[in-house]
Amino acid sequence: MPLDPSFVGRSWPPSDPYLVGREKIREFARAIGAEDPEYHDPEAARRAGYADVVAPPTFPVVITMSSSRQIIRDPELGLDYSRVVHGDQKFAYERPVVAGDALVCQNFVDEVMQRGGHDFITTRTEVRTESGERVLTAWAKLVQRGEDK
Amino acid sequence: MSDTGLPPHTFTVTRADLVRYCGASGDFNPIHWSERTATDVGLPGVIAHGMYTMALAGRALTAWAGGSDAVVEFSVRFSRPVPVPDTDEGTEVVVSGTVKEVTEDGLTKISLTATCHGEKVLSLGQAIVRKR
Repeated sequence: MPLDPSFVGRSWPPSDPYLVGREKIREFARAIGAEDPEYHDPEAARRAGYADVVAPPTFPVVITMSSSRQIIRDPELGLDYSRVVHGDQKFAYERPVVAGDALVCQNFVDEVMQRGGHDFITTRTEVRTESGERVLTAWAKLVQRGEDK
Repeated sequence: MSDTGLPPHTFTVTRADLVRYCGASGDFNPIHWSERTATDVGLPGVIAHGMYTMALAGRALTAWAGGSDAVVEFSVRFSRPVPVPDTDEGTEVVVSGTVKEVTEDGLTKISLTATCHGEKVLSLGQAIVRKR
């Protein structure tokens, strides 16, 4: 069943704030093998010009992927998650995420389309601090593979 | 540091890395840890998270650019899965990049690719950085 094209242009209310913890950044950095001290040591991070330990560039997906579940799990969209693969990912940054940030996500649907028997949806998540400072925007294109005939 | 590009950087990826990334990222999709589930949905076996491969490209990118705050934009297409065998050696992902343009306001546009066994697993990789 194709995805509901009326989702294009929809937005959802901002999420509750996600408090970025120092240990979460360290855990993520260790998991991807990023050993530079600014990901682990607050003093080294401050010397490098950050307010606290800084997150690697793909860290925001921890927050944006769970936030965008409110779209992709909406039964009216009609997405069968067992057939979904991640197609594209993009981040545009105002500044890197640092420990201590309280981040609010707002989700949008930029595109829904069908091509070659597959369905595509592009979500956009705008990430701001609780006080409204823009931090980054993340786009994810998900592909629902066509059912085997 | 030369501005001709990002020299090839080889990363080893094992099943243990994927399990650790599941926990750190919160993405517990069983295709990243269960051979049975992966083959049931038509994959060659357990595959790496696309975002794990993008994170490796991000490591190469930040090392080259000078830090997380140098990255202005970063995007990729996941063109092929990265199968990760259940062996001590795992598999290898090679990340490299080519400078496309240096703008007047000091931004460097770079194209990025990642390969596994010689085949592109990240395509249309692009980043804009303000090099330190």
